[in-house]
Amino acid sequence: MLTNADLLALNGTPGNFTATVNLRPRYIDADACTACGLCTQYCPRHHVDPYNEGLAITRPIHIDYAQAVPATYYIDPSSCLFLEHGTCQICVPVCQSHAINFHQKPEERILNVGAVILSPGFGKIDSKTLAKFSYGKHPDVVTAFEFERMTTASGPFQGEIKCFSDGRHPKRIAFLQCVGSRDIGCDNGYCSSVCCMYAIKEALVTKEHDPEVDITIYYMDIRTQGKDFDAARERAEAIGIKFVRAKVADVTPWQNRLQLTYATLDGQHKFEPFDLVVLSVGLESPKDARKIADITKVELNRYDFCATGSFNPLQTSQPGIVVAGAFQGPKDIPESVTQSSAAASLAAAAMRSVRGKGVEVLSYPEEQQVGVEEEPRIGVFVCHCGINISSVVNVAQVAKYAGDMKNVSYFTENLYSCSQDAQEVIKKKIKEHKLNRVVIAACSPRTHEPLFQETLRDAGLNRNLFEMVNIRDQCSWVHAGEPELATLKSKDLVRMAVCKARHIQPLPEQTVPVTPRALVIGAGVAGMTAALNLADQGFDSVLIEKGDTIGGNLRHLHHTLAGDAVQAHLQDLVAKVRSSQHIELVCNAELAQTAGFIGNFSSVIASGKGPDKVEQTVDHGVIIVATGGREHRPEKYLLGKSKKVVTQQELEKQLASKAKNRAPGSVLMIQCAGSRGDDLQYCSKVCCNHALKNILKIKEINPDSQIIVLYRDMRAYGFAEDAYLEARKMGVVFIPYEVDRKPEVTEKGAKVQVRFFDSIMQEEVIVSPDLVALSVGIVPDDTDTLSKLLKLPVTANSFFLEAHVKLRPVEMAVSGVYVCGLAHGPKPVDETIVQAQAAAAKAAIPLVKGYVKVDPIVSSVEQDKCIGCGLCVSLCPYGAIVMQKVDGKRKAETISASCKACGICAAHCPTFAISMGGFTNEQINSQIEAFGDRAQTVEA
Amino acid sequence: MGKAIHQREGAVMILGGGIAGIQAALDLTELGFYVYLVEKSPAVGGVMAQLDKTFPTNDCAL
Repeated sequence: MLTNADLLALNGTPGNFTATVNLRPRYIDADACTACGLCTQYCPRHHVDPYNEGLAITRPIHIDYAQAVPATYYIDPSSCLFLEHGTCQICVPVCQSHAINFHQKPEERILNVGAVILSPGFGKIDSKTLAKFSYGKHPDVVTAFEFERMTTASGPFQGEIKCFSDGRHPKRIAFLQCVGSRDIGCDNGYCSSVCCMYAIKEALVTKEHDPEVDITIYYMDIRTQGKDFDAARERAEAIGIKFVRAKVADVTPWQNRLQLTYATLDGQHKFEPFDLVVLSVGLESPKDARKIADITKVELNRYDFCATGSFNPLQTSQPGIVVAGAFQGPKDIPESVTQSSAAASLAAAAMRSVRGKGVEVLSYPEEQQVGVEEEPRIGVFVCHCGINISSVVNVAQVAKYAGDMKNVSYFTENLYSCSQDAQEVIKKKIKEHKLNRVVIAACSPRTHEPLFQETLRDAGLNRNLFEMVNIRDQCSWVHAGEPELATLKSKDLVRMAVCKARHIQPLPEQTVPVTPRALVIGAGVAGMTAALNLADQGFDSVLIEKGDTIGGNLRHLHHTLAGDAVQAHLQDLVAKVRSSQHIELVCNAELAQTAGFIGNFSSVIASGKGPDKVEQTVDHGVIIVATGGREHRPEKYLLGKSKKVVTQQELEKQLASKAKNRAPGSVLMIQCAGSRGDDLQYCSKVCCNHALKNILKIKEINPDSQIIVLYRDMRAYGFAEDAYLEARKMGVVFIPYEVDRKPEVTEKGAKVQVRFFDSIMQEEVIVSPDLVALSVGIVPDDTDTLSKLLKLPVTANSFFLEAHVKLRPVEMAVSGVYVCGLAHGPKPVDETIVQAQAAAAKAAIPLVKGYVKVDPIVSSVEQDKCIGCGLCVSLCPYGAIVMQKVDGKRKAETISASCKACGICAAHCPTFAISMGGFTNEQINSQIEAFGDRAQTVEA
Repeated sequence: MGKAIHQREGAVMILGGGIAGIQAALDLTELGFYVYLVEKSPAVGGVMAQLDKTFPTNDCAL
């Protein structure tokens, strides 16, 4: 990890790049800094805090936020008195670990790398663009980024939302969408794809703070096209957040408030006063995009984002350099995370021959055996954390108190328990005093437990013979004003930990071998891309397809919105799949049965029909679910009844044919036909762009064609906005309709008639177009069977549910199973390809390792006590418990490799037969007993 | 100014340590490669570290 670093040059070819990186000095020795924060308290100079969007003041010597990685302070040279004027240096003697070093110089490093991933993120909209909304002129106009910091509990105002002008709590807040996006005025024609979501989120959070506050979101189209995003918008509407379709022209100060001027669809001019105006600013290309392009020679698109194509969406114009995240185009967190995993899989495939050569493997001394009967010898280390703990808690008293407890063989205090030298002391004392349990009273186990456990392993102790007490967050911080009580509470917590420590036992560090093969279900673009990527990484797949041909929905598409030819790509994919030595393709095949767990699945594949039906058993380590989806065909708008009513997919086929009248003279399109609260509750994400794609094609073939689009929100997100603008420039008429006033399609002899309410003209209109095209949405292919077979959760809309919508977008709750493509949710082909590459990255991880580590904290079943009721099996969200016959009786058994240690089974077992490693009933009970036992009457 | 040359087979450079760069780095190390994560600011985390909650579940972003 090279922070404070700039890329200066990049030369070479794939497999052998040379990068020159300049490391700017932090002026603080990262190894010595313990992040105690004393320096910031003493530093006399003010510094505007960019982490808090300039809403707070910090000091030149600071850390952005407590959880920052690396957890090292730094000095901003732009405002440090010494670095600017050669004076001060107060921080130097203040720092007790002597970490401050003003002699640090910039350092250049040359890195030899085989591949490069560009993920520089995005830039922010120029304040000039914001000035027309009175930003910078009136303090109560803020950007959404500033507002985010205002609402954050850990932010500069502890989450209190105030007007900057006079500190009052705003009663009326307006969000202005599309500030700096969809705005040719500032040359950002594209849609930033995230602002609608964050505006809704911030509005919902604000309502949580103050349910009385009145919030209005002014928008052109609400683009909540992501998976289950529409539901959040509906939730926002249900709690009274108003959505007004209007582009705000002007924000002017008016008395102590701000007046918005806007025009509604029906042509009325309106004025509305607000206390606070939030600008939903878009994402721009990174500020240094052109510099990066100069150095790396990658091509940029017209908006200075990285240029890529539809079928290899992360490949830059330079071989060996891939892109991920917002630099590829504005996108949200899950899309970025998916792209990152995909980029990792592309780099891994390209560098397959040197895999594992650059990594060092840690080794530990042999583990000392600690038997159940062995007398506990506990070592207690109490940390001062500089003055973080010891300025409130009497650390010496706490340590002495622990030292007086039974079984405590050693106790001491540390200035900084986490420092490098303290680790050596802990190791030495473990050996010297033959300690077999260690209790550390310090800060949060969330950040420091792994470090101390590492120290235990280095000392030859099992890492689970460790207990940590958080006397910083829970004592010195929250009871800063009551030092005596804080000390008493520290003693209570330490006593509880020592009592628990008497009962803790070593837990085994298990590993399970992995069968290096994947089962990929579904041979559409997602399944084929995933299998090919795994093949590129050197792994075998069995690719099964329900139908007799492969290619899925790609067979029905002809070109992408960007103009790339689909069929050529499909043929290329099919050829690669068929010729790959790593892919065994089985058509007309279905998964009949699966047993096992991550690394060790065994599945029965049934293929063929009738008398030719055969079953084969396949052993595999991972499963990629790519079962796809299909066009939804609603029984409305005369679809299937009139030849003049078609779906967008049918229209695309017609436009790609050689038919003479393939692009009729008049076309009416109806968006959301059967979607968004109709047959389907959700938005299918692709239909608006599909309509735009067909519109441009019609206009290309027949420029005179008259096209009307009836829509609810045109969701031409990202760069597709360009196509939307182009269509409007060509004279295509876009008319929004309300959900309670849907268009009606009727047959009038040989013609079809469409009746709709024109919200611009404010009147009913009847037209007779040559063709009606319906944008119909996507439904998943049968997810029910597979969901039952593999115990995979699905959403209310029957798509597979990922493990975490933001951070684990392609993994499933069941270990070793990954999802991609339409089975996960509606998405266009480029996003499907990326997701398939990401699924391949995740699936390859256990295959590369060759083993799966089992976390030591898992549930285990005492079979004598188990009555075989099966309650735990039905409750386990991860499919990690199975029923086995033991001597003819049903007994539960944990599959350790799948267990996530949630504890649901242990909490529900009626006979207490299940216990959690590291949290047994005995251990927890002893902790509880110790809690109420200040006199220590209860002994081990 | 000294120049240190880092020779290491099987290494990848990732430019930018926001959520995208971090995720790519984590995956690549798990896939058996050494990663240089080059970040211009003093800490990794990018914009996501500034967020309070995330859409649509209002999970904590940090």
